[in-house]
Amino acid sequence: MKYLDEFQNPDLARRLLDDIRSTVTRPWALMEVCGGQTHTIIRHGIDQLLPEQVELIHGPGCPVCVTPLEVIDKALEIAARPDVIFCSFGDMLRVPGSDRDLFQVRSRGGDVRVVYSPLDALKIAQQNPHREVVFFGIGFETTAPPNAMTVYQARKLGIPNFSLLVSHVRVPPAIEAIMTAPGCRVQAFLAAGHVCSVMGMGEYPELAARHRVPIVVTGFEPLDILEGIRRTVRQLERGEHTVDNAYPRAVRGEGNPAARAMLADVFEVTDRSWRGIGTIPASGWRLSERYRDYDAEYRFSVDGITTREPAACRSGEVLQGFIKPHECEAFGTLCTPRTPLGATMVSSEGACAAYYLYRRLGTTPTPQEASPVV
Amino acid sequence: MPTVDISGWTCPAPLRDQPRVVMGHGGGGALSAELVQQIFAPAFGGEILAQLGDSAAVSLGGVRLAFSTDSYVVRPLFFPGGCIGDLAVNGTVNDLAMSGAKAAYLSCGFILEEGVEMPVVAGVADAMGAAARAAGVEVATGDTKVVEAGHGDGVYLNTAGIGLIPAGVDLRPQRVTPGDVVIVSGDIGLHGVAIMSVREGLEFGVEIESDCAALGGLVETMLAVTPDLHVLRDPTRGGLAAALCEIATASCTGIVIQERAVPVPPAVANACAILGLDPMYVANEGKLVAFVPREHADAVLDAMRAHPLGAGAAIIGEAVATHPGMVVAGTPLGGTRVVDLPLGEQLPRIC
Repeated sequence: MKYLDEFQNPDLARRLLDDIRSTVTRPWALMEVCGGQTHTIIRHGIDQLLPEQVELIHGPGCPVCVTPLEVIDKALEIAARPDVIFCSFGDMLRVPGSDRDLFQVRSRGGDVRVVYSPLDALKIAQQNPHREVVFFGIGFETTAPPNAMTVYQARKLGIPNFSLLVSHVRVPPAIEAIMTAPGCRVQAFLAAGHVCSVMGMGEYPELAARHRVPIVVTGFEPLDILEGIRRTVRQLERGEHTVDNAYPRAVRGEGNPAARAMLADVFEVTDRSWRGIGTIPASGWRLSERYRDYDAEYRFSVDGITTREPAACRSGEVLQGFIKPHECEAFGTLCTPRTPLGATMVSSEGACAAYYLYRRLGTTPTPQEASPVV
Repeated sequence: MPTVDISGWTCPAPLRDQPRVVMGHGGGGALSAELVQQIFAPAFGGEILAQLGDSAAVSLGGVRLAFSTDSYVVRPLFFPGGCIGDLAVNGTVNDLAMSGAKAAYLSCGFILEEGVEMPVVAGVADAMGAAARAAGVEVATGDTKVVEAGHGDGVYLNTAGIGLIPAGVDLRPQRVTPGDVVIVSGDIGLHGVAIMSVREGLEFGVEIESDCAALGGLVETMLAVTPDLHVLRDPTRGGLAAALCEIATASCTGIVIQERAVPVPPAVANACAILGLDPMYVANEGKLVAFVPREHADAVLDAMRAHPLGAGAAIIGEAVATHPGMVVAGTPLGGTRVVDLPLGEQLPRIC
């Protein structure tokens, strides 16, 4: 972390941008898979600095955004139970369900706690043996291994009052779905570096070859992004489509074998619904049969959820790269972080939130939004 | 592999309102503003409250006074660099200082939870006393209430204070004009990260101490250079970003800052990077942001840097005529971005 500044060095950034400019000869559309990358791009204005021919399309890699409404509603229902302590990472608390969010459940007396690690939730379970402790296990390959390990630990330590509400998703099937969707414009991918630090790169060569798209594993700091773009554009200009690792300080080809072993032990691959997108085959994980006792969906009866979906929100198209957030009619008017129509506007990794937070020039706050005494 | 039918793709999240109080209503951001504007301000009326300053500038018997109150509900009660006691003194002293006033008298309300240990109460009180003496202010009146066990976090405090506003000093956002220079008094984000590190048991490699301090002396030093400062604000909850947004909105001017000029200590930057937070939104308790006419900026900056609490002072931007009401940051890479009022509290990211 002490080298963080080096990955934001303006001189190095200029050199990378010059290289990209001198390489590109025609228009290319690149998708950054991860919402964290989207935020770096928009927060630092990287898309403004790129040559016109290089278009960045924002991908579906925000775990908060793609968690299905049905699962959010199940979480809300479980969290509202008086015998439950519901633990979650912070950015899930503001995500709207059909009629409320976890903050509102807490304001009505629900015991909802923000934790920084699933192991914190397990500790809470140990400290509260007479209450059920549920951890909201969402995210991509990055967060799945620690959540799997927590379930493994719960069984090993014999902690019966802990369970996981699981909605984990996998990146490669999402790339497959994007490439096979009608109207797809994506010509190359900046793959999510943290996902590859766990899973390695073994899942990508086949995808790259089959769809003839370069896939460049990319980090999250501004220079990481620029280097990923530089390598991607080089491949495109040369007509290549290989898997390249532009994030070697974190990613090895085989990934993290211990984490993968933990995943394989505790989870099994399943079809998974993505919020705003629909079901993508084999795109998720659920707890395997051996760990079913720790599955909150089995432990709590939360079937029969009826979700209500507004038609005005186009975040499904945003997540697929068909439109940019500001091209949605509701953006910044009907849909703001305070009154989000979709999770993409409320998640800290959501593309709509990034555009709203960092790219709202041209709209001016009204005097009524003046702040209170602090 | 089967293809995905996108024809039915919709985004399934509804509009919603806030029918009950949520934590964000106390976060110093947009939800706090909404609470004040929609409920408190209409209930109380009054032109002074409507100005929404850190403290109210009032006139009593021909004397100009600054008057302010604040409540403190911090967990844990003791943290690196301070405790709830000196926080409660310094916070109100600073609110008064942002009107240019030197704090004179404070009130102190203790709300104690049944069962809290007496040495804890004594420790908090001692810290308050020491902080008051250091700030040159007298705790002149107080009150104590006890709530049942489980209805508080040990000790809650409220302080109110009054102080005299010197002649010729008129600090309010409406005085900000394009061309004003924006100065911040030093490293940002220390208090918020210090609290987070102990509250959540997070370790960031080095201990980060709160910057909790009384700013009356620093403000006096600045006013000695010129009484013609335009606005001062202490960027507490909501951080530097919220303070700048408030000033931009209230003054109807635009603000441009350069991100690289904002002093962020490496430890804060790293902690925020780990948690997915923006240092610009993290709370401070011993910093101020000043809008100074350009002709006085260098002299004010020199005076600040000569004061122990302003040693790290830096010019971070200016007020501009374009995009009134909005704060825009130049990014280190040469792009631009909007800096917005936070909605409520910042939430750590999932990954």
